[in-house]
Amino acid sequence: MLELKNISKNYNPGSVNELLLFEDFSLRVEDGQFVSVVGSNGSGKTSMLNVICGSIDIDAGQILIGDADISKQKDFVRHRRIGRVYQDPSKGTCPAMTILENLSLADNKGRKYNLKKGVNKARINDYKELLKPLNMGLEDRLSVKVGALSGGQRQALSLLMATMTPIDFLILDEHTAALDPKTAEIIMELTDRIVKEKHVTTIMVTHNLRYAVEYGDRLIMMHEGKAILDKSGDEKKNIDTEEIMSIFNRISVECGN
Amino acid sequence: MALLLSVLEQGMIYGILALGVYITYKILDFPDLTVDGSFPFGAAITVRIISKLGLPALLSLPIAFLGGAFVGMCTGLIHVKLKVRDLLSGIVMMTGLYTINLFVAGSGYVPIFNMDNIFDNDLVNGIFKGGLYQFKTVIIIFVITMAAKYLLDWYMSTKSGFLLRAVGDNDTIVTSLGVDKGLVKIVGLSIANGLVSLSGCIYAQQQRSFEISIGTGAVVIGLASVIIGTSLLKKVTFLRVTASVIIGSIIYKACVALAMFAGIGANAIKLITAILFLIILIISKDKKKAE
Repeated sequence: MLELKNISKNYNPGSVNELLLFEDFSLRVEDGQFVSVVGSNGSGKTSMLNVICGSIDIDAGQILIGDADISKQKDFVRHRRIGRVYQDPSKGTCPAMTILENLSLADNKGRKYNLKKGVNKARINDYKELLKPLNMGLEDRLSVKVGALSGGQRQALSLLMATMTPIDFLILDEHTAALDPKTAEIIMELTDRIVKEKHVTTIMVTHNLRYAVEYGDRLIMMHEGKAILDKSGDEKKNIDTEEIMSIFNRISVECGN
Repeated sequence: MALLLSVLEQGMIYGILALGVYITYKILDFPDLTVDGSFPFGAAITVRIISKLGLPALLSLPIAFLGGAFVGMCTGLIHVKLKVRDLLSGIVMMTGLYTINLFVAGSGYVPIFNMDNIFDNDLVNGIFKGGLYQFKTVIIIFVITMAAKYLLDWYMSTKSGFLLRAVGDNDTIVTSLGVDKGLVKIVGLSIANGLVSLSGCIYAQQQRSFEISIGTGAVVIGLASVIIGTSLLKKVTFLRVTASVIIGSIIYKACVALAMFAGIGANAIKLITAILFLIILIISKDKKKAE
């Protein structure tokens, strides 16, 4: 279980640039839940992920995994149990390294990065099996540098790399936003498959309302640092897209976009 | 012949320095000015070992490497832990090292003529006899440079080496892998300055002296070599980048030698270096990481 408890975050307090991101924000995510998060620009949805992952510090509050408070842990320590995919496909992979080297790097997560050989040849077939279901032909191009791949291919690889070792949480930060609609669809289906296969607790921030409605078992809409809508279980299943859309449009207009 | 040998000798010695600069400039994307201090630091350690401590000259190689690695670690700590900007961390270390180098070496100029060194000792002189004698320096340098190159190639293929490549490429992923990216940078800077210091160690023994001024512009020579090597030899696919960098250094030294041969005095050498570097930058259009 992941719990954000009374989180407060204020940028530049007392100055004209003061930006109150969260005030007393709380959220509880049960194990195995697949949460979709939507919201207007500046609503704090990506900031929430950054708070969980330790990319930004908080002023007050607790971040609990089970009973343990991780709010003082450094970002890289927290990432040991988190898999994360970013909006920018280039953030999840190393462009100057080959597909094989990237997969080997990710495969070693949680273990020591010592002076043993970087590529474990015995794993190559496993990597090929992992890549095959993508239907992108990457399994035959293991020695190609990732920088030469398309955004969609890189994002698919990022997703595989983020989830190939045991993780407790999968954090998806608008991971389809930079892709064309068709590729986004493929990545979204792949995401759903991986989440279901691994039963990993997932938080997905998305701009795409349809994805938020279609995928996951809980939907949260955020606005000005608060969860203004939170539906799970049957409520989520029977969600009315029109209704969601109208709320979303209203808060978006309020924000002027 | 003597000129050719001198170019090869110096080219390969500075080739080791260039390997270090390659790590910081190309892999870590870190403009590391520590090099101007760590190159003479290796030389200072070496003359100290040979002239004052009387230890076997061969020991100077690992000790100089470790000394340089320590210096690189300090630059890394200043940058990562004290959050000083990369360029400034290097400048702090470079400036401080000037005094430390004088202290370690004993003075600004320390000759070690007629003392045993890696090019001139009973063992070496026993192996290289007759016609081979004039090639002994270049052969020994070749062996050490190749050893440095293959060790670096090997390191880059290890898990730890993968992380080093990753941190320069995309440091977000290093965090995602649950590893402290600052630590990886410190390791990279250590290895880089270890190589630079090793280069200074060999240089002092080839010159049979230590001079405090050898550090000035060392980073420029390294950068020029790296840029020549990586841009000029980009198309030569059978060469590893480490080999390209060493060849780049030899080409660079050849250019300088040509300029000197054409009658430009030794006093003008830094100006020649600067102009050559500018020409190389313009030709290669190296807009930093423009891949």
